[in-house]
Amino acid sequence: MQVPLAIGLVLAGSACGGGTPRSHAPLVLREVPITELRSVGDFAGITDSTARSQALFGEASRVLLHPRCINCHPAGDVPHQGMQLQLHDPPVVRGADNRGVAGMQCASCHQDRNQPMTRVPGAPNWHLAPIEMAWVGRSAGAICDQLKDPKRNGGKTLAQIVEHSAHDELVAWGWQPGADREPAPGTQQQFGALVAAWVETGAACPDNPQESR
Amino acid sequence: MKIRVNGVERTLEVDPEMPLLWALRDTLGLTGTKYGCGEALCGACTVHVDGLAVRSCVTPMRRVDGKAVTTIEGLSKDGSHPLQQAWLALRVPQCGFCQTGQIMTAAALLAAKPRPNDADIDAAMAGNLCRCGTYPRIRAAIKKTAGVPRDEPGDDK
Repeated sequence: MQVPLAIGLVLAGSACGGGTPRSHAPLVLREVPITELRSVGDFAGITDSTARSQALFGEASRVLLHPRCINCHPAGDVPHQGMQLQLHDPPVVRGADNRGVAGMQCASCHQDRNQPMTRVPGAPNWHLAPIEMAWVGRSAGAICDQLKDPKRNGGKTLAQIVEHSAHDELVAWGWQPGADREPAPGTQQQFGALVAAWVETGAACPDNPQESR
Repeated sequence: MKIRVNGVERTLEVDPEMPLLWALRDTLGLTGTKYGCGEALCGACTVHVDGLAVRSCVTPMRRVDGKAVTTIEGLSKDGSHPLQQAWLALRVPQCGFCQTGQIMTAAALLAAKPRPNDADIDAAMAGNLCRCGTYPRIRAAIKKTAGVPRDEPGDDK
């Protein structure tokens, strides 16, 4: 798996190749550096609300699929780390509560903030996403479906998903990862706005799961 | 700040960001806890904070303010803790540098899971490195302490 690249996209009414209605004229979204996110306004030219919703999610998925985010949404019992999704070293395992096992818990090493001298990352409530929220290896479309399913999103409403995206302190770590780690693109505020706009436009998921590449 | 170290209330005037390991070794003179890597990667500095095994080299003092810290010196006063006795009986240490961290992690494991199986032991101890490679004896000593036969994988309870 590789990190999705931010590029100028030529779309036929939808971003990232998901659910492209053929009847819409091609739309060129402005180019942005890989470190930035497009704003909600960049998608205003997509007149079909479903296609716009899909495109908004496609942009938000650049955050969701970034290693700073998916590293702690593993599909197995070991978290990932680094830009290449290496398995976590030391080899900690998930445990029953997603916080490690006795003697080897997340909080054994991770604090409530980054530790600059030792490079150990930290944030409040440091833990793994439950296995039902596994994202590694999944497409943006599949993750989109997960986010809308209360059985796989921690029992959250879409409004709570928006709030979580925009303000959760552990989510916020993705943009302030410390040391030499590459942050997620854009800002949490932009990400929250994209997720909010996605919900407001009907929370449409890409028809054809977008494979991360 | 105030912390309870091995059952004794202590008041320390230290930087809140000072690693707990520094306070233990340099301020309080409790040198049983070892400095290994300084980056939470080897486990030599493991102590308990309110029963949780933590790497003291990356744990800032502000986190332990008002809490109870147990070091190897506090596990028992005379080396009589069952794990320490098992360590002696099976001659676990070679160079011995990592052993206090190993024992503190093992104690946290047994407190949470009195009869661990091999997988439990491996998962709990995976972050405690031993450059002498005494892992088989470490596992055997934990099983001896737990009353799990050495040649059995252990139950799953």
